[in-house]
Amino acid sequence: MVLVLAIGDLHIPHRAPDLPPKFKSMLVPGKIQHIICTGNLCIKEVHDYFKSLCPDLHVTRGEYDEDSRYPENKTLTIGQFKLGICHGHQVIPWGDLDSLAMLQRQLDVDILVTGHTHQFKAYKHEGGVVINPGSATGAYSSFTYDVNPSFVLMDIDGLRVVVYVYELIDGEVKVDKIDFKKTATTSSAH
Amino acid sequence: MCRGVQHPIRGLFLRSYLAQISRDKLPDIGSEYEGDADTVMDAVEFVLQNFTEMNKLWVQMQHQGPGRFREKQEKERSELRDLVGKNLHVLSQIEGVDLGIYKETVLTRVLEQVVNCKDDLAQYYLMDCIIQVFPDEYHLQTLETLLGACPQLQPTVDVKTVLSRLMDRLSNYAASSEDVLPEFLQVEAFTKLSNAIGKVIEAQVDMPAVGAITLYVSLLTFTLCVHPDRLDYVDQVLGACVKKLYNIPKLEDSRAMKQVVALLSAPLEKYNDIVTALTLSNYPRVMDHLDNGTNKVMAMVIIQSIMKNNTFISTAHKVEVLFELIKGLIKDKDGADVDELDEEDFKDEQNSVARLIHMLYNDEPEEMLKIICIVRKHTMAGGPKRLPFTVPSLVFSALRLVWRLQGQEGDIVGEEVPATPKKIFQLLTQIIEALSAVPSPELALRLYLQCAEAANGCDLELVAYEFFTQAFVLYEEEIADSKAQVTAIHLIIGTLQRMNVFGVENRDTMTHKTTGYSARLLKKPDQCRAVYACSHLFWVDDQDGIKDGERVLLCLKRALRIANAAQQMANVARGSSGPVILFVEILNKYLYFFEKGNQQITGAAIQDLIELINTEMQSDSATPDTASDAFLASTLRYIQFQKQKGGVMGEKFEAIKF
Repeated sequence: MVLVLAIGDLHIPHRAPDLPPKFKSMLVPGKIQHIICTGNLCIKEVHDYFKSLCPDLHVTRGEYDEDSRYPENKTLTIGQFKLGICHGHQVIPWGDLDSLAMLQRQLDVDILVTGHTHQFKAYKHEGGVVINPGSATGAYSSFTYDVNPSFVLMDIDGLRVVVYVYELIDGEVKVDKIDFKKTATTSSAH
Repeated sequence: MCRGVQHPIRGLFLRSYLAQISRDKLPDIGSEYEGDADTVMDAVEFVLQNFTEMNKLWVQMQHQGPGRFREKQEKERSELRDLVGKNLHVLSQIEGVDLGIYKETVLTRVLEQVVNCKDDLAQYYLMDCIIQVFPDEYHLQTLETLLGACPQLQPTVDVKTVLSRLMDRLSNYAASSEDVLPEFLQVEAFTKLSNAIGKVIEAQVDMPAVGAITLYVSLLTFTLCVHPDRLDYVDQVLGACVKKLYNIPKLEDSRAMKQVVALLSAPLEKYNDIVTALTLSNYPRVMDHLDNGTNKVMAMVIIQSIMKNNTFISTAHKVEVLFELIKGLIKDKDGADVDELDEEDFKDEQNSVARLIHMLYNDEPEEMLKIICIVRKHTMAGGPKRLPFTVPSLVFSALRLVWRLQGQEGDIVGEEVPATPKKIFQLLTQIIEALSAVPSPELALRLYLQCAEAANGCDLELVAYEFFTQAFVLYEEEIADSKAQVTAIHLIIGTLQRMNVFGVENRDTMTHKTTGYSARLLKKPDQCRAVYACSHLFWVDDQDGIKDGERVLLCLKRALRIANAAQQMANVARGSSGPVILFVEILNKYLYFFEKGNQQITGAAIQDLIELINTEMQSDSATPDTASDAFLASTLRYIQFQKQKGGVMGEKFEAIKF
């Protein structure tokens, strides 16, 4: 059981003052093995905070990030899964699942984690799964009027990943889960 | 008999012994020794006399021996103090000593001795002893007398500690039970203490600032504990402190500074609600007396208190007061030494202010707009160093208001400033324009695009067009870095793609400009990607009207030409072919539009493209590229998968044969 936190689009301090207190109390150090951050933190303080939760932190660049040295996209392997991260402002049309699927094919990953729209999504298609953890602070977005703060926790176990989405709705944390199973890998190009 | 022994130490010990053995023989109420001839008053008188004599002897000790042993003597004296103090203990334990006797006899006589002995060591110890030994209710009832003695003490006595300990005891007494609170009011404890402190400070002219302020801190702590609801008292204490600080031109002492910070922090901690502190009229006046550095520290304390307690400041007036308090962070004080600024600290400060802006909120649109105007007024005066931090927060706060107003019918006309989206967009233009002073073109471009999207949501075509124009101007004139250009152009394309408010002409102008910029990026691969991204400008999925298959194809073909040119360039420059991956990306775009039903894109065209890619990959000059191979493989897998889907999709994809 490997726990991976997928989180992003906090937009601190431009659009939000801080993580919701209820989220903060849930995110404690030592429980998570990897953190995948889609970008738009935006300041070093947030980076340091994530680092304190888990030293294995992967961040990709959002268009408002103070640190412009984050990569445009990143791939990593966790257990049996290949994961790809990209903030998503680079993929046009924004939030378009077919275009995101194209990126997924390009990065050759099972799970693509992306953000930008501040809307939680977990979408399965032929090539794999696209996950958008939404905005952890419920930051303003032109995509949607009412943004509920949300983040995702993935439990990777063998060929199975359980995606838990945590959403703050009307002051209460609601959890939902989705199961994905990976079929045994077909031989790849290399 | 004891009087006969005038040697101080021996006399002391003798009297101490006397006190000890007589202790349980005192004619107290209910004791066997009580009788007609011997009453409580006799007991009291006896102990008082012993006390007086012991104190005299104790004081006399310092005059013994030559001066060079002074320090040793002081130490000896100090060790013997309990012998004297014991008498007070005994007095406190005589049951017959009630409030009346305490008031009339005991306290008066003891204080007489304390004052008259004119010895600072004795005075300090004995005052403290009285406070610790006798019950708090007695102190309350004799407050005036007790406090009256303080100005009469030697100037070297640490009277502020004495008073602090008295106030501490009384605070604890008040906290012990609700029933005692009326007593405090009845004896006017606050007023008496306040006056006493004033007198002490007046009398001890040489008292350093830190001493006076510490006294006020103690009084404030007392007030917050005993009369937390009396904000007028709290304000009074602050006011008294301001008066004192007024006479000091510049407070240089760091310990005094620390005490002022403690003074200002106390109400914040007590009330857990900055809004209460904001109503204290003397609060900002105290802050004004801090030096720049400490003022900023205090401002940060205030902000942190707001963040920690998740307090929202909800009226324009309160926001005004708050910004007055934190003005040290908002702008440079006149004459301030700007070089002193530590970068990290400055960033922290400004980020805190940026976060604070989100805590200023009201549900009422008109009030919210007033708040935004006030924040704008203050932040615009912050100077180019601060604007990059504060402007984004202000902009998004305003955009959130626009969102709220969008859902409402018609215009809301307020008294001064009507809260309409149009008005807010005008404000936003001015706010973002200020960034040109920094300059921050990349940030400004992003903010203009955000505003354009919001204007789109409000159906304001001209406003949206204007914002796009501003963004284009910045792109053309201010953004020279090629990497920044790539991001900027993608943001423009992405935003424009979502616009549905533009009429045909305006939209054409925008798309033409955008595709032009895309084709003129510095590096060929960047050009290629931006141009094929532009293809989406001519095809919007969820809206009727913009589905121009031809222009989509034109874009993709243009991208292909650029990719070819990139290949040729690479051949010439490096001797090996360039990135095949661009072709694979374009192929994927072909598939995208093919799937969406663009008639201009045929299965044959896709087949040709696949063949082209294969040729390129297998050519002699090809550089093996695993990424391209993997991408092509997964693309072909996708085509296969679509074929196998069957139905309409399957049929469509059958047209692609390889």
